[in-house]
Amino acid sequence: MYAQMVKSENTDSGPEFDAFQARIDAGERIEPKDWMPDGYHKTLIRQISQHAHSEIVGQLPEGNWITRAPTLERKAILLAKVQDEAGHGLYLYCAAETLGVSRDELTEMLLDGRMKYSSIFNYPTLTWADMGAVGWLVDGAAIMNQVPLQRTSYGPYARAMIRICKEESFHQRQGYDIMMKMAQGSIAQKRMAQDALNRYWYPSLMMFGPSDKESVHSTQSMKWRIKINSNDELRQKFVDQTVPQAEYLGLTVPDEKLHFNQETGHYEFSEPDWNEFFEVLNGNGPCNTERLSARNKAWNDGEWVREGMMEHARKKAANEKVAAE
Amino acid sequence: MSDESPTARNEWPLWEIFIRGQHGMSHRHVGSLHAADSEMAIKNARDVYTRRNEGVSIWVVEASKITASSPSDKGPMYEPSQSKVYRHPTFFDIPDDVGAM
Repeated sequence: MYAQMVKSENTDSGPEFDAFQARIDAGERIEPKDWMPDGYHKTLIRQISQHAHSEIVGQLPEGNWITRAPTLERKAILLAKVQDEAGHGLYLYCAAETLGVSRDELTEMLLDGRMKYSSIFNYPTLTWADMGAVGWLVDGAAIMNQVPLQRTSYGPYARAMIRICKEESFHQRQGYDIMMKMAQGSIAQKRMAQDALNRYWYPSLMMFGPSDKESVHSTQSMKWRIKINSNDELRQKFVDQTVPQAEYLGLTVPDEKLHFNQETGHYEFSEPDWNEFFEVLNGNGPCNTERLSARNKAWNDGEWVREGMMEHARKKAANEKVAAE
Repeated sequence: MSDESPTARNEWPLWEIFIRGQHGMSHRHVGSLHAADSEMAIKNARDVYTRRNEGVSIWVVEASKITASSPSDKGPMYEPSQSKVYRHPTFFDIPDDVGAM
């Protein structure tokens, strides 16, 4: 998902910890000033920040096509979508900041690689059809994970998720709309749509993180309700939902083993290449260097603006004070 | 990663944002953002929190200026009202014959 392989801290035991767990089990929300175990606090900072970084870095693959959108309408829609992603990043950074970590600190940890973002954004967007595939598959997978997180135990995180979910459905639908146009278009357009699906299918499945058997951090996070469903559960749900949508488009999911199991009522499918997933997560995907250098450049180039605005605000406040005296 | 907020070097201050929707409701807290001053906070709030007609009026308050109650005061602050059930209209039985009241 947007937060993959988030390392979960273990927690101690004792009456304070039991009382905390009891609040979570009772469905209560934990708020910023409430007592919380150190592990909960640290894991949340990691998870929410990774989610926020994903939204921000996620603007890059789509930003790539803003100037080359096929029509003015598509361009306006894509701009609105990318602007939403910036907003989602901001909601999440603010939620993380309620845990006592500063925005600049979070940004620096992304820029120097101490913090991660979702593996999916390290894949290139090669054609316009990729804008369709990203909206349909990537945002579709994100929704799967984000809808349950609206009920997560940490209040500010849950509230950010509620805002995000309200806006996310637009993203997926605009992507599917692009896919429909392409799939119903000329032979060349249909080929582009199929090619985009071929390239984005497995990376989308990887978004949910490794298989439950190897997911070492899930148990504690699920106990704390900062993770609601298991990786495999969400992946299955995503495949069950997406395969009929691909069929409607007349496109083929690039998995020869894919078939519907009448007994279970679920699709059976091939696992993605987990070696590739770990490679991408460790910085060796096709676009890792490009993404991080784009973020670093934006941060460095913007430094004089940030400082200038702050200085201007200080001067203005000083002048107002003088005028009032 | 340090857990305390460092005194931010040159970080723009944090502002809490309140927005009034269209139907005569009061301003409601929607979230926060960073801005150099109040004017910029309002501009940013417009971009971040009203992209879909969510509001017709924005208030911004610098987060550091807010005084909040403490969770540990929950008991003395709110428990006294629990025993004062007569403050609710349903405490009083009014016969059906009297009609709606």
